[in-house]
Amino acid sequence: MFFPISNSHINPLYLVVVGFVIGILGGFFGVGGSFIAGPALRLMGVDWNYAVGTDLAHIVGKSIVAARKHRSLGNVDLKLGLIMAVGTIGGAEGGAQLIQALKRAGNVNAVVSWVAIVVYVGISVFMLWESHKTLKLHKGKSRRTTKASASKADHSAFGPVTKKIQGINIWPMINLPISGIQISLWIILAVAVVGGFFSGFLGGGAGYIRMPSMVYVLGVPTHLAVGTDLFEIVISASYGTFTHAIKGNVDILIALVMHTGAVIGAQIGVVATQYFAGPKIRLAFVPLPLIGAAIVIYTLVTGHKL
Amino acid sequence: MKKDAAKSLRAFAAELGVYAVLVTGYFFLVLHVLGNWLYRLETQHRVVYAFAAVLLIAGQAVVLDAVTTVLFRLVRGRSK
Repeated sequence: MFFPISNSHINPLYLVVVGFVIGILGGFFGVGGSFIAGPALRLMGVDWNYAVGTDLAHIVGKSIVAARKHRSLGNVDLKLGLIMAVGTIGGAEGGAQLIQALKRAGNVNAVVSWVAIVVYVGISVFMLWESHKTLKLHKGKSRRTTKASASKADHSAFGPVTKKIQGINIWPMINLPISGIQISLWIILAVAVVGGFFSGFLGGGAGYIRMPSMVYVLGVPTHLAVGTDLFEIVISASYGTFTHAIKGNVDILIALVMHTGAVIGAQIGVVATQYFAGPKIRLAFVPLPLIGAAIVIYTLVTGHKL
Repeated sequence: MKKDAAKSLRAFAAELGVYAVLVTGYFFLVLHVLGNWLYRLETQHRVVYAFAAVLLIAGQAVVLDAVTTVLFRLVRGRSK
């Protein structure tokens, strides 16, 4: 099928399948899935600028469906999501500015690639250690709980550090009853700005950084972190889609085809979270940043831009 | 318990089926009816195209999700 906006020929079934896979990952982990969507579009010969912009557009639709579903399950903290959206947009602009500065310096590809590898591998190693340790610590306890209560139960081996962060008393303190925490506004904004910065710097929605940050730094339960992250992605990805569309980087027809698969996958992913406890979701999350790291290493070694 | 799980799985599969049909229909409608118009907008009126892009993708998600839920409730209501 010919897509005139990006001037590319792509089998629509391929787009639907890619969207479906990303939809499942998004619904289950609260990530945009750009580390798969971008290279998948590049493989079909879509220019890199269209791959980035079109990916953001399809993320908007998929995240709306997944966030609505999560909200119906009580997994979205709207207050937290709205505060974070402000910080994310600001951080994304900062990341984009740094990219421009590196472009002028002439070493953007090398710097971004190495930062991406360190960040992706760092997140995976940390989450593997933490979720494995948490599951080990609570193995005996979970056997004594019922299956229903265990699915939403959330413990973390990083809990003592999170408590200390929550105890930092810098005005104004924000009460988040849905997440069950009270924390300084500045810590929430710092987490959002860092997530947004990496979104602007490394591309995509940066859910692979924001979701773990919400769990480990803010102390938000994993199910709520996934749902709230998706809600926040709706706002930041809409902003990103709009600005990319103005720059001529969005083929909305490709995004709509991908979306037909993504919405179905997202619904399956959301329902699947009901059957897993927080540490297990975090453990299953570990391979995702590693896939991103593998793609970056591949491009560094071979010189091909996926 | 197993019966309940099978029932909710069937209900979920039915909802997904309805959703898939609606989304696919909507996509073909947009591609065939709005395809050329969107292409012209993208080349001549970028700001309007940007608004249309966000509205289309959000509309696909919000409206079809809501319609599917209503349809599903109707189907479930009849089966009861």
